Amino acid sequence: MNTYDIVIIGGGPAGLAAAVSARDAGVERILILERDQELGGILNQCIHNGFGLHTFQEELTGPEYAARFIDQVQERQIPYLLNTMVLDVSADRVITAMNKTDGLFQLSARAIILAMGCRERPRGALNIPGTRPAGIYSAGTAQRLVNMEGLLPGRKVVILGSGDIGLIMARRMTLEGAQVQVVAELMPYSGGLKRNIVQCLDDFGIPLKLSHTVVDIRGRERVEGITLAQVDEHLKPIPGTEEDYECDTLLLSCGLIPENELSRSAGVDLSPVTSGAVVDESLETSVPGVFACGNVLHVHDLVDFVSQEAAAAGRAAAKYVRGELETGEAAIPLKAQGGVRYTVPARVHPHRMEAEQVVRFRVGAVYRNAYVSVYFDGERVSRRKRQIMAPGEMEQVVLKREDLLSRPDLKAITVTIEEA
Amino acid sequence: MEKKHLICIGCPMGCPITVTLEAGEVREVTGFTCKRGEAYARKEVTNPTRIVTTTVRVEGGVSPMVSVKTAQDIPKGKIFACAEALRGVRVKAPVAIGDVVLSNAAGTGVDVVATKAVAAR
Repeated sequence: MNTYDIVIIGGGPAGLAAAVSARDAGVERILILERDQELGGILNQCIHNGFGLHTFQEELTGPEYAARFIDQVQERQIPYLLNTMVLDVSADRVITAMNKTDGLFQLSARAIILAMGCRERPRGALNIPGTRPAGIYSAGTAQRLVNMEGLLPGRKVVILGSGDIGLIMARRMTLEGAQVQVVAELMPYSGGLKRNIVQCLDDFGIPLKLSHTVVDIRGRERVEGITLAQVDEHLKPIPGTEEDYECDTLLLSCGLIPENELSRSAGVDLSPVTSGAVVDESLETSVPGVFACGNVLHVHDLVDFVSQEAAAAGRAAAKYVRGELETGEAAIPLKAQGGVRYTVPARVHPHRMEAEQVVRFRVGAVYRNAYVSVYFDGERVSRRKRQIMAPGEMEQVVLKREDLLSRPDLKAITVTIEEA
Repeated sequence: MEKKHLICIGCPMGCPITVTLEAGEVREVTGFTCKRGEAYARKEVTNPTRIVTTTVRVEGGVSPMVSVKTAQDIPKGKIFACAEALRGVRVKAPVAIGDVVLSNAAGTGVDVVATKAVAAR
């Protein structure tokens, strides 16, 4: 069995950035395992621009952003296997994988970085009544068909869900000659960026119906139409508000689910809120030597933050491999309260922290002129006003290592929203 | 006097901005919270522009499509003309990032360039 210092599962933005930073931290034997036929992950189908403003100070398209990191991997001659599916990861870090050339094989790793990303929530998880005809796609599947395979999934389209992928696809299908009739969103607010609502819907006169959902799908072989209805404050359809739309295609943009089957098989503790691993400041999971980063950990809004987080995971895994990650220190838990849904990391070991630790989180509702506060036990140590916070955007606070080291009796850190 | 209403795209605030125009000139901008909002509104009512991203077919490549973008932003009103001009375009592999696939797209004076490398098959 071949042994590596670090095996990275997933060659998307997280896996690439983790590989580069681990190599730059001096780790020699690194291997990236990627199930697709090329590196770059989901960025390859995200042909729109707006990526990389934080990382490269310019607006790149998804493929361009991916290429910058693929180039860095290739310059460093970091090996990778494509078309390779990982089937199992064990708690003692044996990886079982297969591909067409090597068949079924096992690898042993001193550290593993989980970077598998997300999948989309499918129709089966949405409880939409109606028949089961062809023509129902997740928005990302349609994006891959249009942008990479050159196929148009349909001509008369309704989109359910106003996440960014759904909005981007409304514009994309319109540019390719399809008629996008409406985007319906269950919640009273959109989960997408304002910029996408304006530039993907308003620019093309596509209506966005908030507090609406699909209550029926018609058609035997192919979608022939759908019914939209308004929902009440409990998200239940209101009788009498039904509207029929004729269409041949329904796109679903209803959320992403971190793809954690392998994490589970390794015995990694998962958060019920993020569906991703519970990690500490080093992005280390509950299984020693197994790290997680990117969308498999929690769904990010910007790829720049994925790259930053993955680079931190790569540095931490490098320390682990060299035996430099201190062990034995009790972790201090971070508590998410008052509208903060979760924090990444969920616990910190002060002696293992870098000088400044970014704590990322999302809020559960829209907050205006509210404060993000951090408490060390009962004492408020920071309070920052935010004009607006919305569930679609990640928020952050920064913890300083020296502040934690100066409080050896600290029991818990709380991150909370306080309204004015 | 003409009034135009827009939603700022600068951040999730989404400020509702009203611009008052007289003979095509901006007289007043209201509703913004920060400088970015005012700048966005002035540009959006006088000269709205967008980067257009789409795909064109590749002949002899490892993948059938290559993603492309306008090298600079083009007038918003030219988006469809630009997409239309690209519809018949075919490029031969290999393609490198930055290769011009169509120059002066739809008379905008802006080139359309590849955003992904596609190797020859």
